[in-house]
Amino acid sequence: MEQLNNIGASLDFYIFVSIALFSIGAIGVLTRKNMIVLLMCIELMLNAVNLLLVTFSTFFGNGEAQIFVFFIIVVAAAEATIGLSILIMAYRNSKSIDIEMFNKLNG
Amino acid sequence: MISVILGSLTIASGLMVVLSKHPIRSVIYLVITFFFISAMYILMNAQFLAIVNMIVYAGAIMVLFLFVLMLLNLNKEMEPETTRMSLFTAVIAGGTLFLVMITALRDTFQYGKGYVQVPVQDAGLVEQLGKLLFSKYLVPFEISSILFIAAMVGAVLLAKREKQIID
Repeated sequence: MEQLNNIGASLDFYIFVSIALFSIGAIGVLTRKNMIVLLMCIELMLNAVNLLLVTFSTFFGNGEAQIFVFFIIVVAAAEATIGLSILIMAYRNSKSIDIEMFNKLNG
Repeated sequence: MISVILGSLTIASGLMVVLSKHPIRSVIYLVITFFFISAMYILMNAQFLAIVNMIVYAGAIMVLFLFVLMLLNLNKEMEPETTRMSLFTAVIAGGTLFLVMITALRDTFQYGKGYVQVPVQDAGLVEQLGKLLFSKYLVPFEISSILFIAAMVGAVLLAKREKQIID
């Protein structure tokens, strides 16, 4: 007999959690003016995607989705580093971390 | 049952990331969210990713965020204001996104019914993932190291103080 692993909820619950997290992150990106919080909301959206990938990986017994999660984590680390250094440079130039500051690029 | 509790706690702390006014509180709530997500990974038997998620996300990336927050020494009056109009618009837009994605995945929901118990998988264990990573996905793995070098050089170059260029 096959050994069963009780993961406590059905697939739809995990999809629901992941989509809710993604939407929360999207709302954060749209509302917050603070650049650091904005970057953090992007991390939240990336994590929602990771959760969805791991869920499907578990439900279909395929490990390749988890490799993709691994690469997403790699890209997220690189993205956070570059984003924060751009933020530091912008802060040095204008003494503000308001995202509206970038409107000056309009010319 | 435990996954329902974990899921609702995850959503609640994710909401607090967006809602809390103080950036440092946002960081703390985000770390808590990552811990809950790691707990869900463990529940789904993806142990390697749970550990990596905790070490890399909660341990490295969030500490980087905290460093920058402390370095910039932001206080309450520096916090930019969110207008009520933009909040309203964003909540409507995000809610619409949520509804559209839920509706689009409704067929999957039918499939997922009664799938509470899945066979034990060793796909998430270090051995299986390592075999996959170093055979089929070896080239992307090596390319990601180039990405990291590029990111590191870029970060140093961007954050370096250059008076002439700034003036």
